[in-house]
Amino acid sequence: MSTTAFTLSELKRILLEAAGADAEADLDGDILDTEFADLGYESLALLETAGRIEREYGISLDEDAFSEARTPRALIDLVTAHLPAAHAA
Amino acid sequence: MSSRAVVTGLGVVAPTGLGLADYWAATLAGRGAIGRVTRFDPSPYASRLAGEIHGFEAGEHLPGRLLPQTDRMTRLALVGADWAFADAGVVPSELPDYDVGVITASHSGGFEFGQNELRALWSKGGQYVSAYQSFAWFYAVNSGQISIRGGLRGPSSVVVSDQAGGLDAVAQARRQIRKGTSMVISGAVDASICPWGWVAQLTSGRLTTSDDPERAYLPFDDRASGHVPGEGGALLVLENAEHALERGAPQVYGEIAGHASTVDPRPGSDRAPTLQRAVELALADAGLAPDDIDVVFADAAAVPDLDRAEAEAITKVFGVRAVPVTAPKTMTGRLYSGAAPLDLAAAFLSMRDGVIPPTTGSTLSPDYDIDLVTGAPRPHAVRAALVLARGQGGFNSAMVVRSAHH
Repeated sequence: MSTTAFTLSELKRILLEAAGADAEADLDGDILDTEFADLGYESLALLETAGRIEREYGISLDEDAFSEARTPRALIDLVTAHLPAAHAA
Repeated sequence: MSSRAVVTGLGVVAPTGLGLADYWAATLAGRGAIGRVTRFDPSPYASRLAGEIHGFEAGEHLPGRLLPQTDRMTRLALVGADWAFADAGVVPSELPDYDVGVITASHSGGFEFGQNELRALWSKGGQYVSAYQSFAWFYAVNSGQISIRGGLRGPSSVVVSDQAGGLDAVAQARRQIRKGTSMVISGAVDASICPWGWVAQLTSGRLTTSDDPERAYLPFDDRASGHVPGEGGALLVLENAEHALERGAPQVYGEIAGHASTVDPRPGSDRAPTLQRAVELALADAGLAPDDIDVVFADAAAVPDLDRAEAEAITKVFGVRAVPVTAPKTMTGRLYSGAAPLDLAAAFLSMRDGVIPPTTGSTLSPDYDIDLVTGAPRPHAVRAALVLARGQGGFNSAMVVRSAHH
């Protein structure tokens, strides 16, 4: 994979593709530590998001670890730990 | 306490009109919406005409969160439900959670969504299949999504009995109102004009292969050659009559007065088909005599044997050409589960306006002794109407609706 960094803007793009967004759920604010549930994304939306992350980055996320990543920051950390670049750094 | 179930809101999503006013104007004008399929290239298929809904942009009506998880039929159903509630003067979220139920019918579920995910599965692999496929295709998904959107936690379910389901769902809604639920949104929307849905429908052997939109779907006509499929339907707000009165509902279209469903004997049986029995039972349920019915909205299969069975059932119950019969679905095609709820809406509007919408295209065969309303709409006082719906596999359903002022 040419993409080696997983940033908040990448996560937002994938969330939108996977599950869309409501006008009232503002992804543009400071959402790093806002729980996905409070952003309006339930478990199925996150499952779809996880699938897309796995496909795009060629990684496999542990189901339990993924379900414990309840905020964008936690999910970014989890995905980053799986990326080759993270090991090289 | 009265447990009469009245209808106080109508939401229509039909090929002939998005919204009640547009649908009714087109229906009275006899403006049909049948044409060559545009959603995919129908050239390789035996049947190529459909009643499609054009100009429906889901994103204009629904939040972005709902789009990746909904089939076309669900988007249409959600918008139809929104319109029905608005027509009834109800904001669902302002009602107590457990006061409102959702009972819809479904013919085949979300075929187009399923087709796209099957394509992803076989062309790219399992990890490309949407997580939402888990429910987006499902028969009960329209009930579920309407329930979630409105926060409606009353009795909710789905009825699956092909075209008859459109009435059976409304009958189930009436049962729940009799048991004490204040309000139920009911009806159905089907929409599976996609290659996978199309080949499934072709297996019925009941689709016309005509390419002439004006002469394709001709129920009760000597040229009857099968039906044209359509998409859409209607949602109805059913309500306890006293509840409607107490909250000052903007209008009461009428009452769901009677219903019955029967199942035909197996093919080859020497026992008679049972549509007539369904009509008689529905009339008895409503406490009405045949003379009380002012119009019959026919199932109108446009398959000669089925047309004959329906015409004979009507003649046996009502007498020779004794009641006007119509099939405005000639303008939309058959909408499967959505057909009968749309006919219920048309029946209520016939009561309101004192006019019977026409059957378009058909010239009545001399073989049938029914009074088929063709050509122009017929001015006629309508106090009670009978709506018929039949499903493949022998399902028959009959529903009597009547004016609230009886």
